[in-house]
Amino acid sequence: MATATAKSSTGSAEFADDPVNRDLDTDTKIGFYRAMVRIRHFEQTALKHYQQEKMGGFLHLYIGQEAVAVGTISLCGDNDHIITAYRDHGHALAVGMSMEECMAELFGKRTGCSKGKGGSMHFFAPDKNYWGGHGIVGGQTPLGAGLAFALKYKGLKGACLCYLGDGAVNQGAYHESLNLAALWNLPVIYIIENNMYSMGTSQARSSAYPSCLAERAEGYGMNWDLFNGESVYEIRAKLKPHLDRAHDDHLPSILEIATYRYYGHSVADANAKKYRSKEEIEKYQNEHDPIKVWENILIDEGVFEADDAKEINRAAKDEADASARYADNSPLPDVSEITDDVYYEVDKGTEAGRTGRHFFND
Amino acid sequence: MRTITYREAIREALAEEIERDENVFLIGEEVAQYNGAYKVTEGLWKKYGDKRVIDAPISEAGFLGMGIGASMLGLRPVMELMFWSFCYVAMDQLMNNASSVRYMSGGLIHCPIVVRGPANGGTNVGATHSHTPENIFANMPGLKVVCPATPYDAKGLMKSAIRDNDPVYVMESTVLYGQTGEVPDNDEIEGGELIVPLGVADVKRQGDDITLVAHGRAVLTCLEAAAILADEHDIEAEVVDLRSIRPLDQDTILESVRKTGRAIVVEENKPFCGIGAQIAYLIQHEAFDDLDAPVLRLSSIDAPAIYSPPVEKKQLPYPSQIVDKALSIC
Ligand SMILES: Cc1ncc(C[n+]2csc(CCOP(=O)(O)OP(=O)(O)O)c2C)c(N)n1
Ligand SMILES: [Mg+2]
Repeated sequence: MATATAKSSTGSAEFADDPVNRDLDTDTKIGFYRAMVRIRHFEQTALKHYQQEKMGGFLHLYIGQEAVAVGTISLCGDNDHIITAYRDHGHALAVGMSMEECMAELFGKRTGCSKGKGGSMHFFAPDKNYWGGHGIVGGQTPLGAGLAFALKYKGLKGACLCYLGDGAVNQGAYHESLNLAALWNLPVIYIIENNMYSMGTSQARSSAYPSCLAERAEGYGMNWDLFNGESVYEIRAKLKPHLDRAHDDHLPSILEIATYRYYGHSVADANAKKYRSKEEIEKYQNEHDPIKVWENILIDEGVFEADDAKEINRAAKDEADASARYADNSPLPDVSEITDDVYYEVDKGTEAGRTGRHFFND
Repeated sequence: MRTITYREAIREALAEEIERDENVFLIGEEVAQYNGAYKVTEGLWKKYGDKRVIDAPISEAGFLGMGIGASMLGLRPVMELMFWSFCYVAMDQLMNNASSVRYMSGGLIHCPIVVRGPANGGTNVGATHSHTPENIFANMPGLKVVCPATPYDAKGLMKSAIRDNDPVYVMESTVLYGQTGEVPDNDEIEGGELIVPLGVADVKRQGDDITLVAHGRAVLTCLEAAAILADEHDIEAEVVDLRSIRPLDQDTILESVRKTGRAIVVEENKPFCGIGAQIAYLIQHEAFDDLDAPVLRLSSIDAPAIYSPPVEKKQLPYPSQIVDKALSIC
């Protein structure tokens, strides 16, 4: 099995001098740290409340993968768009959604980002160019091509970052999307967040590939790269040329980013401790944790001190706790609201929405 | 009034909407350079070019999903399925993403797409190519389904579908493409264009004795049956063309049944959980006291579409069957 072997945390600073990184100011660097820490505390808090049965359904935690969302989204401009699968909390916070609206969504409350109608797997914020949050493995990949298609159609200089898992790469819809993206030069960058497992199935047991999953791009004549996802510097440096090509020449790419999730596939993963060893998990936590890696880099660079990091963590935890209180105190959607947000024309009370019967409850 | 084919009527609607709104574009297999597998889009690529009329590879999940994604950013794709029978390879996009992206985003997103193409049996192409999935899609809240029976309705409904801000699935018929009918020129119409709203049924024939409810080609079968009933049996059947399955014009159905006291729901789809089941339920629920007989249904014979050409004709509803059913309750 070939994946990008995780480098030691000291080695990750090597991309600091890349043009995309060398002019970053202190606030921005600390901002990346805060963004990752906020994702982690948000999810740890969510987990606690999940265990207290404040929410239902699945809860797919992103913990361990934070640098991927924060690093890639940090390069996005006004016309860049984001779409991902169901492990979507990290991307949501990285695009600027509030903890409150996200936590309230998990609690199934009307104040949630989707009014409690989407749940953990279906966060959306179109005003922040964030198009979900999709529960069907691989189902979002044609939509990602479509966002890119629309950008090109409208003559906008932008790209779509479409995230998927290492298990999703075997879905037909993904391959159809790759063909369309390459055939029509759509500015979409498929980002495979390779956390080595799809539920309990390792990459070796699920995929046939040349040297890595991204290399399948060769079959479509697309650009691709494989790199490590523990350092924000490296992620930014490696994404940048692909983003430029998407912006300038509408060229699609596949990027495979090696990463790791610490928790089970979802919190309900009954076999979370069976398909991989405790040692493997601890190795990632101790040696390759993206937050620790970045914290060490910033301390080495003299950007901040350990106490600053602690303060940022404390603030993030407080914010997460407050968001849980907000969620807890928020009202549920009313049963009468179940049939809102089904049809645009009905919601808006247009003529089309008032003509004919739309719902068939009795 | 001028007479044009069903195919030409759809083509006019597409052309007019392409000209009206720069966000409208057509995409599908063979729709551009080949002029359309059934020539619905003939000449449109030549006239409107690569940007507005796009040949897609045989990749229904890919290009339909792409259209859904593009619609979230404000484009209005009109996507052709060469046959609706091919929808199943793209079911996740059609059934999950298109129907639910609005709902799951709490109303932040909408999906103004049209998916269109023929959905009919009767052309001896066997089970894989003869599907009529209107009931399947009408079952899914968030989706709209229309089945035009005449050139007039095909044009007017298509224009409404393209302007609608929800996903609309238009099910046409290869058997109807060559049928002609009166469609006014735009300058003959008040407002300058032909629009048939979704959710409005049309009484295609007036009658006092029995109501025949149908959609798509079954409407024409009902009209033939109604002519026989009138000529040979002195029974005046009223034919209600649903035009739009969801939204559904319940009022027109009920008004007719309240007048006639009898109803047969006719469709070319299979019987189990078909549109007819829903309509029959609706009639008994809303107009029970007005009924003089049980509501009957006529659908295609409940098996995959048979190939054998003479026998397939008998698998689908035909006029004398409707006549017999009508006589059994009149
Ligand atoms: C079409 C479909 N099949 C199966 C599932 C159930 N399922 C959800 S996530 C998942 C594993 C996917 O793994 P991967 O793509 O690697 O993403 P990760 O969970 O690691 O982020 C499975 C089997 C689903 N949601 N959709
Ligand atoms: Mg995975």
